[in-house]
Amino acid sequence: MTGEIGQLALSLALALAVVQAMAGLIGSRAGGSQAAAIATSSAFGLFVFAALAMGSLIFAFALSDFSILDVAQNSHTAKPLLYKLTGAWGNHEGSMVLWVFVLAVYSALIAFTRRGGERMTSAALGVQGLIAVAFLLFILLTSNPFVRLDPPPFEGAGLNPLLQDPGLAFHPPTLYVGYVGLSAAFAYAAAALITGDADAAWARAARPFVLIAWIALTLGIAGGSWWAYYTLGWGGFWFWDPVENASLMPWLIATALLHSALATERTGAFRVWTLLLSIIGFSLSLVGTFLVRSGVLTSVHAFANDPERGKFILGILVLAIGGALALFAWRAPRLQTGSAFDIVSRETALLSNNVLLTAAAGVVFLGTIYPLALDALTGHKLSVGAPYFAATFAPIFVGLMLLVPFGPRLGWRRGDIVSALRILLPVGIAAVVGAIVVLAIVTPRSLAGAGAIGLGVWVIGASVVDAVRRNRERTFGWSAVASALAHAGLGITLLGIAGTTVWRSEAMDVLGLGDSLHVAGYDLRLRDIVAADGPNYFAKRAEIDVSRNGASIATLEPETRSYPAEGQAKAETAIRTTGFSDLYVALGDERGKGRWLIRAYVNPLAPLIWLGGGVMALGGLASLFARLRVRALAPQSYAAAE
Amino acid sequence: MNPKKRRRLYFAIAVVVAGAGGAALVVTALRDNVLYFYSPSDVVEKHVPEQVAFRIGGLVQTGSVKRGPGAEVRFIVTDGKRSIPVSYTGVLPDLFREGQGVVASGALEHGGVFRASEVLAKHDERYMPPEVVDALKRSGRWKEGQTQ
Repeated sequence: MTGEIGQLALSLALALAVVQAMAGLIGSRAGGSQAAAIATSSAFGLFVFAALAMGSLIFAFALSDFSILDVAQNSHTAKPLLYKLTGAWGNHEGSMVLWVFVLAVYSALIAFTRRGGERMTSAALGVQGLIAVAFLLFILLTSNPFVRLDPPPFEGAGLNPLLQDPGLAFHPPTLYVGYVGLSAAFAYAAAALITGDADAAWARAARPFVLIAWIALTLGIAGGSWWAYYTLGWGGFWFWDPVENASLMPWLIATALLHSALATERTGAFRVWTLLLSIIGFSLSLVGTFLVRSGVLTSVHAFANDPERGKFILGILVLAIGGALALFAWRAPRLQTGSAFDIVSRETALLSNNVLLTAAAGVVFLGTIYPLALDALTGHKLSVGAPYFAATFAPIFVGLMLLVPFGPRLGWRRGDIVSALRILLPVGIAAVVGAIVVLAIVTPRSLAGAGAIGLGVWVIGASVVDAVRRNRERTFGWSAVASALAHAGLGITLLGIAGTTVWRSEAMDVLGLGDSLHVAGYDLRLRDIVAADGPNYFAKRAEIDVSRNGASIATLEPETRSYPAEGQAKAETAIRTTGFSDLYVALGDERGKGRWLIRAYVNPLAPLIWLGGGVMALGGLASLFARLRVRALAPQSYAAAE
Repeated sequence: MNPKKRRRLYFAIAVVVAGAGGAALVVTALRDNVLYFYSPSDVVEKHVPEQVAFRIGGLVQTGSVKRGPGAEVRFIVTDGKRSIPVSYTGVLPDLFREGQGVVASGALEHGGVFRASEVLAKHDERYMPPEVVDALKRSGRWKEGQTQ
């Protein structure tokens, strides 16, 4: 029954999406109130049926209903319940249903909040409806999760063990809230172009959605990187894998968009540019979906190797990007340009921010696409690795970090560079002194490392100074909290990246029982290897006694697990965080009877990488809260402004 | 020039400068940092020079894996026509097996041994790295319907 309910729900969702698209677009014209009302109701209906489809799929996974092909191929009765439930989106078909469900949530939110007035809401719903139609057709025609299997197998094929991890269980929904959230910004940008009402109102309407998307992308990327750090056993946190890049590019553009939309809603500056960024942001989300879902890449994330699906998503991509850019080319020249600003002003600072962030997204895009394009065109196979990204991405980000502190200290339209410099001078001195101290004391000596620490101090210090100044000037509201937290978070992450990349210690050896390994002052003694089987896997667990200067500190227990149902294996590392430093131990393969390869790292400042991500997300939340408060405190003035 | 025009000019200059700078960065970085993929036959036929980094892929020859001393592992990567000896010091992927597909990155040393800095295997039993499939197809050792 569940399968039929899900199937029916998807079909009804498609019908409602078609209605929402048509009614929304008609309702965007003057006097289209009735159509606009229909679009609103359809959006709520779409939400109900998308939720029903998602719910039935999760239910089928919970019951291990192997008469459904998708469940049989991706689940197993011995799997813990949590991974049965989250396994619903741990496969291609299910993840596309989740995609549409998140889209329906955003549509319902747009319909419910009616930001930007009736006509703009209606147009935005129309565009969202079109996207929903495309993706529902994609699901029903190429990736139907409710296809039946007759006769049902006795047991399912299981889920990739790398995905059977509490950290990763909620990684896809978080990222999708981010990816798909950019569709709301895209829809509002298209709505502004369709209604011709492209002044500040649309940017104000879209901004909360961009914020939600940005927060989710930040958390999703930080969470994914944390997962890679503790499960892959290499001690690394970022691999410049195409799939990681696919999430980083929308984040960079969403960050640029947050800043340019700020200028657009405040002074009307960068109107055209903000529209274009909204289109680029969602386009990169679609590119990410294409890269991950089409099978052109091979990684943990690439479930599907079906060229038909790739072509379908490529079709959606071309239609969405092409359509939006055509609309943009047709309407944008008629838009009025915003008010003027001085060369020393908040606007210039935001402009530099945008140029650098877009350039950063551009180099990541080229590095990601180049091997695919070359393979498709010439058949040459090559890969672009971390050195390329370090050589291109790092200098751009250094420039960005140098400029970040100036933004909040410069006024709109006309800023005072002398006063900004005077306020930031102590921070600059602290950063330089910090870098020199690091260079003098910390071994091995590293100029790049010292520079990165100085840069981190510069950005964090400036956030603190800005917050203190604003408190004294009595302009310290939620939006000031937001920018201080988000910028400080960036600095904190940079400190973590610098510490881990520059000052990591590493040791590796084959150990028998009783043998020891030394890394950065720690003494690791392999006491025993024991069996530690779980509900659906066999595991070997190493018991490693850690001591320092003869004093026993802890026992670390890294594992390797093999999953018979899936025919796969994975490592569970053991990490001990002391202050701001990680002792990281991974159990490798067996090298001869009773002798095991053990790999250990000490990663100084590593926890700061993810702490910084969390602080950035808090900054985003503060900004969202600032908006809600403005609305709650002054409903009349806000409504008038809208 | 009125302020609007001037602002547009600045914007255009900023975009052009950033674009040119970015392009220069990308071109130099791409020239120095791409890794080509070669099958064992390619390595022999194209006379890949020593100390040039590339990726090699093929099957781990059955019976060729020798472990030790220490964390070193030696094995032979083959595409059925040609074979290249590989030396690697480090943790092998969980699904590294004899007779299965593998991709390694590194460079040839004096004496024709490929010193790998990274070894990747397929991540489940059903999956074969596409580069390996391609290399086997080119050497004529790929059977249609083989595990993929």
